[in-house]
Amino acid sequence: MALQDKYKELLDTARSVGVTNLQAREQDNVLYIDGQAPSGAAKDQLWNVYGKLDPDFRSGDVVMNINVSTMVPGSKVLVTTQQSNLNIRKGPGTDQPIVGKAAHHEVVTLVSKTNDQWWLVRTDAGEEGYASAQYLSPQN
Amino acid sequence: MKKHLSMTVIVLSFIIPGILVSSCKEKDSKIQAAVETSLKNSGMPEISASVKDGVATLTGECKTDADKAAVQSMIAKVKGVKQVVNNCTVAPPPAVPAPVVIAADDPLSKGVTDAIKDYPGVKADVKDGVITLTGDIKRAELQKLMMTLHTLKPKKIDNKLTIK
Repeated sequence: MALQDKYKELLDTARSVGVTNLQAREQDNVLYIDGQAPSGAAKDQLWNVYGKLDPDFRSGDVVMNINVSTMVPGSKVLVTTQQSNLNIRKGPGTDQPIVGKAAHHEVVTLVSKTNDQWWLVRTDAGEEGYASAQYLSPQN
Repeated sequence: MKKHLSMTVIVLSFIIPGILVSSCKEKDSKIQAAVETSLKNSGMPEISASVKDGVATLTGECKTDADKAAVQSMIAKVKGVKQVVNNCTVAPPPAVPAPVVIAADDPLSKGVTDAIKDYPGVKADVKDGVITLTGDIKRAELQKLMMTLHTLKPKKIDNKLTIK
């Protein structure tokens, strides 16, 4: 329970911002925090608290898998690449051929979540394919 | 004289059961007090008991089946208790959290490769679910990289990055 004490502020924040299905489990000296945040802002808030409690994420004693509950199939999501276009591929994987592109900060429709890493998206131009989930963020 | 006797019988027939009933009630309340003391001393104040005609009825919630059996045999030994009706419920065991799912190295390595490709200074090694990061990164980019890596279900992330 020592880690739950160390990260008490983080868990308290998760409860106060309304993270649903919140789970905090300690296993082999790592605290696993899972749940769905109600918004991108709530998720960012959690990460800011985590970064404060463990500066530069050095301790390696937390794995925090919090996703945003508004990012559901049918919703609009924002392309958050560094500055380049986002590749849209035929299948889920970087080894798959590129079938389209979405611009940096373009809004696309989330069609389905194939897995945690690859999501099927459709652009307003009608291009449909798989994009890496790490470049897709909630629209807020 | 005969009439007088029958009157006495009639009067007594009212008084005697009255005495018996009141003494029985008195006895029940004494037993009840003894039962409550016994419950209190055993550290089970959440169990309550009511005694009627020497029958002790227990209600409340026990932590385990063993506690339920223990409280019953304890109350059965209290002086004056003829019978114990054990209506205690047993609390369901606390839900055991599902074990943490850790990604296998193969999909994890693939996810890590994709995650770090935008950060040219970052190198990553995956072994037994542990991601070890080496190389360097700009401070402003660290959190974004971490947010991605944490969704890959690693066992842990060992951050040995030099932060510029």
